[in-house]
Amino acid sequence: MSLAPTGMRSKPSTGWSSPVDVGASTANVAVEFRHVSKAFGTLSVFEDLSLQIPRGHTTAIVGASGSGKTTLLQMINALEQPDAGSIAVMGRPVPTEDLESFRRGIGYAVQGAGLFPHLTAEQNVTLVARLEGWSDERRQQRFQALLRTVGLDSDVSQRLPRQLSGGQQQRLGICRALMLQPDVLLLDEPFSAVDPITRLGLYESFEQVKTTDPATVILVTHDLREAKRLADFMVILDQGEIVQVGVPTDVLANPATPYAERLIESQLS
Amino acid sequence: MVGSKNFGESYLLAEIAAQVLEAKGFDVKRQLGLGGTLICYEALKNGEIDLYPEYTGTLSQAVLKLRGKANREQINQSLGPDGLVLLEEYGFNNTYAVVVRHTLAEQLGLKSISDLQGQNLNFAFSHEFLQRQDGWPGLARRYGLDDPVTGIEHGLAYQAIADGAIDVTDAYSTDGELQRYKLRILTDDQAYFPEYRAATLVRANASPELRSALSGLGSMLDETLVQALNAEVVLAGRSFQEVAAKFVRTNALALGISAQTKVSGSDSMGANGWLAELWGHFLRHLQLTTSALAGAIALGLGLSVTVYRHRRVAEGVVYLCGLMQTIPSLALLALMIPLFGIGFVPAIIALFLYSLLPIVRNAITALSTTDPTLVRVSRALGLSPWEQLRYLRLPLATPAIFAGIRTAAVISIGTATLAAFIGAGGLGEPIVVGLSLNDTDMILRGAIPAAILAIAVELAFAAIERKVSPPK
Repeated sequence: MSLAPTGMRSKPSTGWSSPVDVGASTANVAVEFRHVSKAFGTLSVFEDLSLQIPRGHTTAIVGASGSGKTTLLQMINALEQPDAGSIAVMGRPVPTEDLESFRRGIGYAVQGAGLFPHLTAEQNVTLVARLEGWSDERRQQRFQALLRTVGLDSDVSQRLPRQLSGGQQQRLGICRALMLQPDVLLLDEPFSAVDPITRLGLYESFEQVKTTDPATVILVTHDLREAKRLADFMVILDQGEIVQVGVPTDVLANPATPYAERLIESQLS
Repeated sequence: MVGSKNFGESYLLAEIAAQVLEAKGFDVKRQLGLGGTLICYEALKNGEIDLYPEYTGTLSQAVLKLRGKANREQINQSLGPDGLVLLEEYGFNNTYAVVVRHTLAEQLGLKSISDLQGQNLNFAFSHEFLQRQDGWPGLARRYGLDDPVTGIEHGLAYQAIADGAIDVTDAYSTDGELQRYKLRILTDDQAYFPEYRAATLVRANASPELRSALSGLGSMLDETLVQALNAEVVLAGRSFQEVAAKFVRTNALALGISAQTKVSGSDSMGANGWLAELWGHFLRHLQLTTSALAGAIALGLGLSVTVYRHRRVAEGVVYLCGLMQTIPSLALLALMIPLFGIGFVPAIIALFLYSLLPIVRNAITALSTTDPTLVRVSRALGLSPWEQLRYLRLPLATPAIFAGIRTAAVISIGTATLAAFIGAGGLGEPIVVGLSLNDTDMILRGAIPAAILAIAVELAFAAIERKVSPPK
């Protein structure tokens, strides 16, 4: 079964690879954007954007700063609302009420980890599980398993974030995102705020995670090498428009637009 | 309940009346040293006190604003609508006097107020004198004096004039200090000042027993006697309770008290007595500040967590709290009286209002400026606004909130010294009395413990903060 994201643009342009049809079955779609528009005041971010992101794989959304990739991600877990159009996650539309339950089913990790500075590593990761009423035992089991997966020693448990390195904090951020075993995991440039060696270690941890906790991963990044290494599919955004979609190796070998070409040239030559 | 204003003679007359009543079997409580004529008047009308010593001139000029010189019958007619009545006069006239140093008077040949024209001297008067219709404004007009004037606290004026810092000030003609500071009263050659004949002011519905008990004081005191009594307090340093007791004992028969009856008011300011009294003031002060602070914390935090998310409302709330701070604390206390009377309750309410700003402003600012990334993360984690508050915003806002409470606590302790002006007690009590009697020791007896308390509270908070804060 060959799956690839389908992107559609209202304005056709020359030379970009035709999307591979996912097929009519929504069972294979994790997230679907339909004719979504979004503006911040007078600044338009998206106009009539449509996109399908396949289930069970890692899809990278790449582009320069200002391309709208973070906003795209934030519309998935309703941190931002579209002005027009609709978004569906795992076949169900993004709700307008009871957002808490909805969001607890989606993992979210950000650059810099965003751990609460006054809570220990363990308290940070297990907070929502505690609110969900998980027993102490179940929380501990899951927490320890996640630590092992990302390659952290359990003696980080009682430390406060400021007593941990950037890499350790980032790993904990991912543990927190995975704590409730979500079907969808949103990553907003989680690997960019660390040094290259630590970053390599994080890539390895991430790959471990994919084996133990398979989920749909949507990864926003500006780093093409990262996309190539970690993602099964890639979407290139240029100022709110999808300019190319496909498998990373294909996309990188055959840039579809001058922008895509420039993007690739700036990073990989 | 016997009240008095906060100057020496008022304390003395009130204490005499109180002891006479006690000797005649009444159960007497005292609420002395209330800050000013209007406060006493309102308190009497409201039933907070039952009597206090007042003067005919003050009533006719400052309170009732009558024209010309009114006698007691005319005054009582005007008091009718307020439900008050002035009883028999004590027998002396304590009028306003304009005084200068004796040496200066000799030097410039000053004998009457008219002689002050064109002399370019340094004028300073008490605040009440400057404001009252029967005070400076009218005096300046009548005598054609256009000198600039400053306001000064009556109790401090004597030291100031003796030191030469000022040349002319107001005094009461029966003040004990006039002798001690070698001051000459300038004659009122234009007959400007009305008479201020002292008598007890009560409500019209006072019981006949009370009235007849007080009638014994009628015509008992002349100017010389009053000056002597005042001097004993101010110059000889005796407490006014002591001086009053001696007077009552000496004149027991004339006052209608059997010579056998024990007169209260023995020297309670003895060596051990004052320490116990101070401890009482201290506890009361603590009571005032902790009650007010507890209320401010509860309401302030409650308000803050409710409005912090709505910017306009939050700004409005902070603005309102700030507004209350701009009202001078003494004015705020006085404004409470028509609503809540005098004593503990209005003092706590005023202190509570004063403590709100530091707490509310810090809390709202800290809650609304939580790191936006962390806020976004908390939303994405699926925390409700209440959970965000509880697990993120409040914990991170704690240092700022704590600092606000600390500031409010220290401010409260200082401001609470003013509570004595509306009869709430506390460490302000010795300060107020000391100011009116020009007794520095007494002032310090209130001021030093208050300062120590403020410092102790500051240090205590600092210690708690160190324990609660995470280690570096």
